[in-house]
Amino acid sequence: MGRPKIARKSTWVDMTAFVDVAFLLLSFFILTTKFKPPEAVSVVTPNSVSSKAAEEQDQCLVTLSPDGKVYLSYSEEERKIQVVDDLNKRLNLQLTPDEVKKAGKAEFFATPLSQLKSFLNLPKEEMAKGSSMPGIPCKDSTSNELTEWIASTTTVFLGEKLHLMVKGDKDATYPVFKNVIDAFKKSDQLKFKIITNQEPLPLNSPAAESAAKKAKGGAAE
Amino acid sequence: MADIGEGGGGGHKKGPGVKKSKKQSTRVDLTAMVDLGFLLITFFIFTTTMSTPTAMNLFLPKDTEKPEEQNKAKASGALTIMLGKDRNVFYYEGILADDGSNFKSDNFSGIRDVILNKKKSTDDKDLVIVIKPTKEAKFRDVVDALDEMTINEVKRYALVDISEPEQQLIDLTVEAGGGGK
Repeated sequence: MGRPKIARKSTWVDMTAFVDVAFLLLSFFILTTKFKPPEAVSVVTPNSVSSKAAEEQDQCLVTLSPDGKVYLSYSEEERKIQVVDDLNKRLNLQLTPDEVKKAGKAEFFATPLSQLKSFLNLPKEEMAKGSSMPGIPCKDSTSNELTEWIASTTTVFLGEKLHLMVKGDKDATYPVFKNVIDAFKKSDQLKFKIITNQEPLPLNSPAAESAAKKAKGGAAE
Repeated sequence: MADIGEGGGGGHKKGPGVKKSKKQSTRVDLTAMVDLGFLLITFFIFTTTMSTPTAMNLFLPKDTEKPEEQNKAKASGALTIMLGKDRNVFYYEGILADDGSNFKSDNFSGIRDVILNKKKSTDDKDLVIVIKPTKEAKFRDVVDALDEMTINEVKRYALVDISEPEQQLIDLTVEAGGGGK
């Protein structure tokens, strides 16, 4: 009697399904991914319960860094050019048309108006270095240059949709924020948005209860 | 790779004398492809920004000198919240007493109950919350305070500058070691 033969089983695994899943996930992530837009400085935004997504078009964004500097940026290139052009004409900054055009390439503005000319002539890599910029001066009401920027922004966006936003680091101090608000008020821009990270509504709060009520009502219908 | 050892399962025995024609396997080793796929997946997972930023709306009142255009608040329905250093919160109801007897201190976790109690005890249309951040308040504190308004569904609130006596009271309280327990 011979030994019983043990059937040798193949250990080859069919990888096709595995590959399918892998590439399905891959295509999902490729399509949903959105690369972070370049930021003037990295700020950590505070949390709020607001669940509305921030608009990405037609925005004028004021960034407050933790050390109290103020940066200004626009989502569209032509807006940057128009705003700088308006500032140039109104305040006689003596920028050449060529320099005004260069403003479209700047990611943000973070210099006093007197240094705007030299800022626009910087090479592109130097321009994007937010931390080395002095920021737009708005220390007090007498030398609040952000007022001029917002005034020009108001002119440029006149009759069109403008999403004025403030993105502040959670450690930025209140006086800086107040000066920004004051600059908005001077141009009658009384409506703006604060960019935050979403956090859930606390339990047993009135807002959470009415949200639950709303959800219930929606389900009953 | 994906198989271990030798795959001997396939191919049946043929009788003696039958010429073996070697069958070419059409199986492709997909392991490398899976490796590559998951490598790319991890890359995209890490670079993706899943949490899109949200925005909270804030409406400012227009600065006006004329008293008839200013919003009036009933003293009985007013609650003033002051934001101090290190997330300390101070508050008083109605008008600040001359001796500061109704001036109280709290912190962010306790202020919600204060607002809710005030909301319960006053008429809805009389309730006004005034937020007064001091110079030492952080942006985060202001956002948190505004957030409390949303959380507690306070319809009327305002962001106002702090006045001199209030600032002094806060300084005194902090010096005495009070505030934020």
